[in-house]
Amino acid sequence: MAYQFAFAPVFDNADLLLKGAGFTLGLTAIGATLGIGLGILGAISRAWKIAPFDRLFAVYVELIRNTPFLVQLFFIFFGLPSLGVQITEWSAAILAMVINLGAYSTEIIRAGIQATPRGQIEAAESLAFSRRQIFRHVVLVPALQRVWPALASQVIIVMLGSAVCSQIATEELTFAANFIQSRNFRAFETYFVTTGMYFLMALMLRQLLMWLGRRFIFRRAAR
Amino acid sequence: MIGLQFTFWDILRNLLSGAEWTIGLSLTAFLLGGSSGLLILFARISKNRLLQGFSRGYIEIFQGTPLLMQLFIVFFGLSLAGIDVSPWFAAAIGLTLFTSAYLAEIWRGCVESVPKGQWEASASLALNYFEQMRHVILPQAFRVAIPPTVGFSVQVVKGTSVASIIGFAELTKTGSMLANATFQPFMVFGLVALGYFLLCYPLSLYAKSLERKFHVTR
Repeated sequence: MAYQFAFAPVFDNADLLLKGAGFTLGLTAIGATLGIGLGILGAISRAWKIAPFDRLFAVYVELIRNTPFLVQLFFIFFGLPSLGVQITEWSAAILAMVINLGAYSTEIIRAGIQATPRGQIEAAESLAFSRRQIFRHVVLVPALQRVWPALASQVIIVMLGSAVCSQIATEELTFAANFIQSRNFRAFETYFVTTGMYFLMALMLRQLLMWLGRRFIFRRAAR
Repeated sequence: MIGLQFTFWDILRNLLSGAEWTIGLSLTAFLLGGSSGLLILFARISKNRLLQGFSRGYIEIFQGTPLLMQLFIVFFGLSLAGIDVSPWFAAAIGLTLFTSAYLAEIWRGCVESVPKGQWEASASLALNYFEQMRHVILPQAFRVAIPPTVGFSVQVVKGTSVASIIGFAELTKTGSMLANATFQPFMVFGLVALGYFLLCYPLSLYAKSLERKFHVTR
């Protein structure tokens, strides 16, 4: 007897899936904002060799980039409480996402900063820009502009990677999918629909990030 | 299970046998993913619209969805198709598909980095498409492709940790079981992380040194 696909039991739970998707996007928004912030700090310390932070960030970047996100998440959620730090599944998920994205964006933004042509800094100096103005208008914003597509891709990778947060019972999209398939026994259909949702979210997130970049970063830099 | 005690060496021994499965799964996914990625690459750079569209869709789907979902779909999809799947088989298939999509996209960039004049010159020497590929384009693209390919192997090793969720007892899964049995999650997950670091960091360093070498000789 051939298997009969049934998607109705999945769509009956559309509210749970949409709520989960909302939480995934919320986690991503917080994780991306703080993670890129951390990345900017890291990139500055690395690019200007601000001791001791440059060394610390170098070690941090290598540690994070060479271990899986899932293990970082488990280490934070299961490991930290044994040191006496109590942490909820939401803060563990956010912390893991921030730490993970922070490491990747440190490297991405640093590459952008180091690609600043020396002549532009000299030109700004000769126009009597202050150090702060040079840093902001000649170094940082153009650097962000240069690497914005790479940062956007990394944010999307983090969003997709957040699916494993379901393993510490963070109630995001994958958690909702696990819950639904455990009730309707339609595992394939449930995960198929969920995968489609992630795909649409990734497409939308890219558009949104490129729009945000054009609206808030590129516009000022272009002048 | 009362009275079951784990010494540090027991933990380490178990983690090491988990790490063997991580290495095995990584190698399988990388080798199979590399060879199927080559097929996807040829489809992607072919002049046939249908093949192009198919490979583009394939790459976008695997790059635009979570690896965990890909593993779930393979795991539950194959069992619907009447194939009895073990976690190992599902993980190997899932990671192979994932790897093939990423490698095809990386390699496409490398093929496109070969100057257009090389195509024109080889065409004017009356080489056909296959000969152009074999003797002119691929040897040059291959050189460019090595550093990012080695770099991507780190992503494959890290990706295998997701296979723990469908029940494949590799390093992360072994770590979870040990953490539950020993009540020492800090140490166990610390060791698990160290294990991945020891696997991945040499690959990262190698990729970086290859990149540097390539830039010097260019």
